[in-house]
Amino acid sequence: MSARGYVFVLLSGAIFGFGLALSTMVQPEVVLSFLQWRDMGLLLVLAGAVVVTFFAYRLAPRLWKKPWTGGKFGAHPSSMETRTIAGAALFGIGWGLSGVCPGPAIAGLGVGNWPLLASVAGLLAGAYVQGRYFGK
Amino acid sequence: MDLFPLGWEHYLAGGVLLGFGMSLLFASTGLIGGMSTVFTTTWSFISKAPYFSEERFAGSRRWRLVYAAGLILGAVLWLFLLGKPFVTHVPLWQLAAGGFIAGFGARMSNGCTAGHGICGMASLQVPSILAVCTFLATAIVTAHLVARFA
Repeated sequence: MSARGYVFVLLSGAIFGFGLALSTMVQPEVVLSFLQWRDMGLLLVLAGAVVVTFFAYRLAPRLWKKPWTGGKFGAHPSSMETRTIAGAALFGIGWGLSGVCPGPAIAGLGVGNWPLLASVAGLLAGAYVQGRYFGK
Repeated sequence: MDLFPLGWEHYLAGGVLLGFGMSLLFASTGLIGGMSTVFTTTWSFISKAPYFSEERFAGSRRWRLVYAAGLILGAVLWLFLLGKPFVTHVPLWQLAAGGFIAGFGARMSNGCTAGHGICGMASLQVPSILAVCTFLATAIVTAHLVARFA
């Protein structure tokens, strides 16, 4: 990837991280309050993100032949397999136990939420065990 | 019952920003911005295990780390412009154990709230939509159990 590409990746990540902080998704308490049916805010976060991204994924390849910094437009690779659903079930258990998912675990460090280092360590360890012993 | 006791504007505005981030990443580089994969690809810097060396991981490890750095940068920016520092009171064992299970599960499923929840659903991918329904269900049950017993 070109240097310009990396600048755009950093900028995109920064907008994403700003959004996670603004929407308070970096506060596990808020996520848990959604999962415990006390505050439906997370649905608005998800809906806002999905609708905007939906249009971008449709429009960008029509407006431009290829991405601004080169390469080609990718696609999200999800496949209908047992592991997709079984893994999602496990993911939900971990998410419901902690109120933390991968994006907010990282972005949360930026608002000084240092206990999320424990989440980052857990995520790294879980991904290692999955890849090293169950990866295929 | 109040659906949004803390207000709703910041949720919607934050969500739209998540969409802008994903959209800019796609328009500028063609990349799909899931967040769980970085926890696999980063191991390729230090582990010699064949799985982590596969092209799909080793080939994306740099931009994914830059993307993760961007997340922290954006949150820091929010802190300086608008917000106050926040430190969670969720017990460390829940954060660590939940992280481990979520990390294992997301990588097994090849997606998390970002990859399946935003990118997959925005691409109308049926497996992703099923994955989202599944992890919402298990997360809601788990969170209710935690509220009762932990």
